[in-house]
Amino acid sequence: MVPFLACVLLFLFGLYAVLLKRNIIKIIIGFSIMEYAVNLFFAFAGFKRGALAPIITEVGVVKDFVDPLPQALVLTSIVIALATTALMLAMAMRIYEKYKTFDITEIRRLKG
Amino acid sequence: MVELYVLLVAMLAAAIVAIETKELLAAIVAMGIVGFSVAIGFIMVQAPDLAIVQIVVEILAVVFFAAVVLRTTSKDTTVQIRVTPVMIFPTIVYGCFALLFAVLVVLAFRELPSFGSPLMRVASDYIAVGMKQTGAANLVTSVILDFRAYDTLGEAVVLFTAVVGVLTVVRQFGKKEQLDKADKEQ
Amino acid sequence: MKGMSAIVQTVSRLVAGMLFLFGCYIILHGHLTPGGGFAGGVIVAAAFILQSLAFGSVEATEQHRYTFTSVFESMGGLGFVLIGFIGYAAGHEFLRNVWASFGEPLRLVSAGTIPLANIAIGMKVGAGLFAIFLALGASRFKMKD
Repeated sequence: MVPFLACVLLFLFGLYAVLLKRNIIKIIIGFSIMEYAVNLFFAFAGFKRGALAPIITEVGVVKDFVDPLPQALVLTSIVIALATTALMLAMAMRIYEKYKTFDITEIRRLKG
Repeated sequence: MVELYVLLVAMLAAAIVAIETKELLAAIVAMGIVGFSVAIGFIMVQAPDLAIVQIVVEILAVVFFAAVVLRTTSKDTTVQIRVTPVMIFPTIVYGCFALLFAVLVVLAFRELPSFGSPLMRVASDYIAVGMKQTGAANLVTSVILDFRAYDTLGEAVVLFTAVVGVLTVVRQFGKKEQLDKADKEQ
Repeated sequence: MKGMSAIVQTVSRLVAGMLFLFGCYIILHGHLTPGGGFAGGVIVAAAFILQSLAFGSVEATEQHRYTFTSVFESMGGLGFVLIGFIGYAAGHEFLRNVWASFGEPLRLVSAGTIPLANIAIGMKVGAGLFAIFLALGASRFKMKD
């Protein structure tokens, strides 16, 4: 259970950065760290001790394989995390261009 | 699995550096270290597909972050040296929430199968019939493109939406500058 | 966006082509070895990003590149949907793997529509990520004077 708890601790670090930091780039870094933690947790959930990677090399020979289902779910999640991070970065760039700062306490006016 | 625990400690230390440091470029490099440690963690749990994708995605994420930070500013101006009372109270509240969350998580994880022996109720069927039914030797590919192909379709739609969103948010200013330039030339 | 020095340009001229070939290899062999459409698509995007960073780009060519990448991304997305309709037209459900027993297993020509779907996904992911990079790194507004 210790690797699972390490993933949850990494998730809590990321959540701290999202909630309590005032710089937008730090908030986006926090989101990224949260997504890494969740993906790592899924991969840990599928691990079987002493088993091999789920690639068949000889037809008909049955070997001990790791669970391929969490790996399939995490594969698309990694690429989607990159896409949403890029979208957040684009918005952060526009905010800097308009307000000349990344500090969220100085971005008061939403319209303008 | 001593190396797995050493890796997890390194990952947590890099995450702390990424969150707290004042230089934004150093924070991006530390986030890159977290990403590569996650990729090594994927290799240690026998997931080579995930390791390949995580390494190249991490490289692209660092490139995107660096592209944004180098065009704007590279110093975090909100980090203060003195600790004021305004900063202490939210941190304590978050600490209590995190402690409560951790206690509930430990109680919930007792119900999970332990690390190293998954249940594999559906996956054992996929492993048994995967090669015969789909003809693919890579079982993870046969899962994402044959047994669960709708999820891949959904992912393609999400990626498309993200690309359209980025191009819309960023290119709007280019159009305004173009119009201004056209007005000035007239 | 300015280019880089002559050493970087010479090396990237060699490496970008090899990266693109490597990405195509990982896409095509997705049903035999680890990798597949997503990993190969991101590597292809990295090859284009390397070339774009090393040689810089004049603003006139950027519009041309946006159009080009959007065409490839749309072709990838539509290709995946059309592959789904192949299964529908053959009498089974949508997104069914129809030619699964054509060819022997563990060869390149096997596994039905899985390599075709990998190619479509690879095109889509690669073109999409390159378009995001062009928008973030090389778009037209200047912020640091």
